[in-house]
Amino acid sequence: MKTNTHGLLRRSLTTGLLAGSLAFAAGPAMAATQIDLWHAFTGRLGELLDEQVKTFNSSQDEYVVMATNKGNYSETLNAGIAAFRAGQHPDILQVFEVGTATMMAATGAIKPVYEVMEEAGSKFDPAGYIASVAGYYTTSDGRMLSLPYNSSTPVLYVNRDAMTAAGLDPDMDLSTWDKVDTALTGLKNSGSKCPLTTAWQSWVHLENLSAYHNVPFATKENGFGGLDTELVFNGPVQIQHIAKMGEWSRDGKFIYAGRRNESGAQFRAGECALFTESSAGYAGVKAEAKFAFDIRPLPYWADVAGAPQNTIIGGASLWVMSGKSAEKYQGVAAFIEFMSSPAIQAKWHQDTGYLPITMAAYEQTKAEGFYKENPGTDIAIIQMTGKAPTGNSKGLRLGSFDQIRTIIDEELEGVWVGDKSAEAALSSAVERGNKLLRRFEQSNR
Amino acid sequence: MEKRVFFRNRWLPYILVAPQIAVTLVFFFWPAGEAIYQSVFMPDPFGLKTNYVGLANFQFLFTDPYYRNSFATTAVFSFSVTAVSMSAALWLAVLADRVGKKAGGYTTLLIWPYAVAPAIAGVLWMFLFMPSIGVLARALGHFGYSWNHSLNGGEAMILVVIASAWKQISYNFLFFLAGLQSIPRSLIEAAAIDGASFSRRFWTIVFPLLSPTTFFLLVVNVVYAFFETFGVIHTITGGGPQQSTSILVYKVFSDGFVGQDLGSSAAQSVILLLLVGGLTIIQFRYIERRVQY
Repeated sequence: MKTNTHGLLRRSLTTGLLAGSLAFAAGPAMAATQIDLWHAFTGRLGELLDEQVKTFNSSQDEYVVMATNKGNYSETLNAGIAAFRAGQHPDILQVFEVGTATMMAATGAIKPVYEVMEEAGSKFDPAGYIASVAGYYTTSDGRMLSLPYNSSTPVLYVNRDAMTAAGLDPDMDLSTWDKVDTALTGLKNSGSKCPLTTAWQSWVHLENLSAYHNVPFATKENGFGGLDTELVFNGPVQIQHIAKMGEWSRDGKFIYAGRRNESGAQFRAGECALFTESSAGYAGVKAEAKFAFDIRPLPYWADVAGAPQNTIIGGASLWVMSGKSAEKYQGVAAFIEFMSSPAIQAKWHQDTGYLPITMAAYEQTKAEGFYKENPGTDIAIIQMTGKAPTGNSKGLRLGSFDQIRTIIDEELEGVWVGDKSAEAALSSAVERGNKLLRRFEQSNR
Repeated sequence: MEKRVFFRNRWLPYILVAPQIAVTLVFFFWPAGEAIYQSVFMPDPFGLKTNYVGLANFQFLFTDPYYRNSFATTAVFSFSVTAVSMSAALWLAVLADRVGKKAGGYTTLLIWPYAVAPAIAGVLWMFLFMPSIGVLARALGHFGYSWNHSLNGGEAMILVVIASAWKQISYNFLFFLAGLQSIPRSLIEAAAIDGASFSRRFWTIVFPLLSPTTFFLLVVNVVYAFFETFGVIHTITGGGPQQSTSILVYKVFSDGFVGQDLGSSAAQSVILLLLVGGLTIIQFRYIERRVQY
């Protein structure tokens, strides 16, 4: 027993020492400047990000990027904010698109990407980015504030086997909601327990719905034009859509499973026939689905003039934080240049299902024949770039938007269970959300 | 023979209580004061600028019908958690007490849930009842009941109450068991000889003698339900659906740390501080009177 403990102690000591010396060996060499990057990726995405960082670190020896996961999107933003208050903030912070207005308003806490690149004398060209992606993170006069990183857009996933089982043609036209309606009736009548489900209901069925039909979600170009923006997503198009969804929900044609992507598990398990979800869900569906599936463009209402316009993105961008040394910003600029290179972007797009956010990456992926081998993976990008974005389809820039989304979720849930009419729910969401927008305006005056 | 010890030093008592006072000042009065101070400002998330707004934060809260509802939600939630966890624990403790010394293993097992962190407990129950893949939700489905706590407010409330109470049962159980074991056997045996039934012995002898423990646990459980359950709510429902499980302390957390609205969050802390302070006073003034030490 005694020798055992002894051996164990010695072994753990050796392991400790070994780990210590390894950490020392892997640690930055004295001359290299350390750049801290805080992000919200775990699992496969975390691994892919670490791989990018590793490639950057071994491509040069002046800078070392240290990537750290800080929890989910909200937690990462909070960690960044708390760290800033304590003067311990990282150099680069990944912030989800919902936090964009918060970051933009914090002029003293961030250093705009265009400024970083200018000062570093970089040949970085924001025009290489796909307009509808970069537009989300760019000022009205064309200056890029944060670097688009992972971006996706909603698409329709179809379980072909479920369609066949219901006696429907799996290749049937599902481009409009009217046609989807017909399909749902067919599915329901043949006993399907889950004809349609969705992830991210507010993002897909209100935010993107509005952009896709070229109707405003909020005034002042969805908030791009100033902090005095007001929500207006209780217009006829939105009411029509949500009312229809509510009807489907009560008929058991639309199954609601949760605010985030809880429904993904049901779709991947083959229980649901149709699924509206981010294009970035592709990797998961492909890995798990034991049925034939394909990807279609997000359906639209054919009776709305100008539809389909373009969809908008979700995802995150990289913000450079203020108050760091010039040397660090040089490193940040080098890292940004590296991250926007076509090779890195194309690989990221193909591995994850996120959009290729530069034109060059899209062209490269196409040339490599990726879209031929993986049909449907280019639907998202076509849907985003089909038409030049309008004031209603550039994106959203709303303060307290994380909370507003929660309000929308609450009100929509009221419609799904039949407690509220679509009109009452949307108007209540608008009213409650506007109060938060006024508070945001007040705190940023 | 009386034994008395006098300390002649005037300062010694103060020095002896100083650590306690210091802890209270640093960990209670300072943050509480800070919350009161913050509640009249509206800062931006990064703390770059802050506006004095007077009572506007409070006005904003009380004009929000959802915030007013949150009081009722909190009352229902706290009452249910306290009632469920205490009655279940008392029942288990009485059973364990009857078995006597042989109940050692059983007692140990019952204490385990207390070691589970609130967030973990929440995730556990969430998976059990998840409408799509939860074991218990599916089992209910077999009996023809379609469980969906992400849409049904009542079901969501039941679930967070069960998850929160489950965790607390262990703690209450320990105290009840200790309380039961300290009741003199002779009293109970005397009653038994007089022919009193088990339930009569329990309600006329055991329960009144247990009242100090019950009162202590009541205070602790109410405080637990008010403050420590937000991990459970955060992981299971996120306050939904339609804020039906959004208790006051959860709103403090979500407005402050998710919504970055620190002014409103501070104002809510102040309201909560007053509420729980008042509640504790009521408990000590009116309920403690009925406690027999």
